[in-house]
Amino acid sequence: MSTSSLDLARPAPRAGLAPRAPRAPRPAVLARWISPLAVLVLWQALSSAGLLPERLLAAPVTIAATGVELFRDGTLTEAIGVSVRRAALGFLLGGAAGIGLALVAGLGRIGENAVDPIMQMLRALPLFGLIPLFILWFGIGETPKVGLVALGVVFPLYLNTFAGIRGVDGRLGEVARVLDLGRGALIRHVVLPGALPQALVGLRQSLGIAWLALIVAEQINASSGLGFMINNAREFLRTDIVVLGLVVYAALGLATDAVVRLLERKALSWRATFLR
Amino acid sequence: MARDVPALTGEAVATVTGFSRRFGDRTVLDGVDVTIGRGEFVALLGRSGSGKSTLLRALAGLDPAPAGERDGIAVDGTVAVAFQEPRLLPWKRVRANVALGLRTPDPGAAADGALTEVGLIDRAGAWPLTLSGGEAQRASLARALVRRPDLLLLDEPFSALDALTRITMHRLVLDLWERHRPGILLVTHDVDEALLLADRVLVLDGGRIAHESRVGLDRPRHRDHPHLLDLRSTLLATLGVTPEGTA
Repeated sequence: MSTSSLDLARPAPRAGLAPRAPRAPRPAVLARWISPLAVLVLWQALSSAGLLPERLLAAPVTIAATGVELFRDGTLTEAIGVSVRRAALGFLLGGAAGIGLALVAGLGRIGENAVDPIMQMLRALPLFGLIPLFILWFGIGETPKVGLVALGVVFPLYLNTFAGIRGVDGRLGEVARVLDLGRGALIRHVVLPGALPQALVGLRQSLGIAWLALIVAEQINASSGLGFMINNAREFLRTDIVVLGLVVYAALGLATDAVVRLLERKALSWRATFLR
Repeated sequence: MARDVPALTGEAVATVTGFSRRFGDRTVLDGVDVTIGRGEFVALLGRSGSGKSTLLRALAGLDPAPAGERDGIAVDGTVAVAFQEPRLLPWKRVRANVALGLRTPDPGAAADGALTEVGLIDRAGAWPLTLSGGEAQRASLARALVRRPDLLLLDEPFSALDALTRITMHRLVLDLWERHRPGILLVTHDVDEALLLADRVLVLDGGRIAHESRVGLDRPRHRDHPHLLDLRSTLLATLGVTPEGTA
């Protein structure tokens, strides 16, 4: 699942058939940049010609300039810091809970009967529908924001890790019994590594939801962070700052996804040779 | 030639007495008696579904039989198993797979020793998914062997290999058996394989041992030996195969 679904979908260049310089950018890759750049140019042209009013959407050049300016005066860095802290805290709490519950449910019948029904029921609740309750419970400070991120992270991690544990090849479990491995060794050497690929899928899904939950949560009367920066800009019709905020959110999402992909490549290197 | 087997000399490493096993209302094993002597090489033949793997799994302690049905299995000593599929943990390198669960002081060195014996030491650091079928089966043999078993259970370990690799593996197994002398139970559906390797060949049919032959020839055996040709037709007939086709 690592790079698999994407990389397998692409026709793999066969060594020997079409020898290529390994790192030279391929024409196909360059070709994929043409249309996004054209859209950007068109957007800039429409803005410069006055056909796209700044009130609706700022020009790319303006947005870039605003970005540099807000970075220089520290506003952007501070907002990113606050938002990343919320996301990280929520992710850690939710991740620990999700994986912990998956272990409890995955490693035994009693645990499964205790944990899984509750998780399946809670999973059906709409995450963002809980915001009013969260405000009643936790007020409008940091807690509801971190809590919402954590809750969004719990379910994909739980579901995937649980499925991963249960999906471990039973024949390998027999090997463990024949080799006289104890329960602890069985879990450490067979169950956890076997569940890891699926758990990493859950990790990627949950990171996506973490950012989404953060963006929504930061609309709740935030007084700092990227969401606050965007909301504030809306009041002054500063579409350049709004778009800048969105771009930063997107970049953060892509960055964490890249980290997980790197993690996958390291942790699942035993499959890499097989996928390549 | 049936039932002309002399009594076992020496003590037994495994005895199965009156062992029965039912799955639902289907009786797979119905009062099986088998004795495997220390250092004896026994082959167990049978058609698919005859229960030969069930018997092996019972000896391996893998049979989740309800209490009361487990009676009749006694193994004296260490048991190791090599399955039909190599069943290596794909996330552990070959050496770690072989060393897994070893309680000796230096598992890595022991694993290397076993890998050297099966001729796979140069792939000790490889990921299992990069091994060929024969190499993976060698690793699986090394993992069984490194435990110095008194009873080695082989569940059709060569059936998925190509003919040439299978011949090499036969030699390897004989070689290892002669060096370490574990008792071996080889479950197979290949009559020639049983005749080339085993001291004694059992045929499982109708839930019981339907036939038993001792192969009193020195190894390495040649498959065209007249004695083996005789035995082969007897065994094939027991298995329901005649020269004209299936009975």
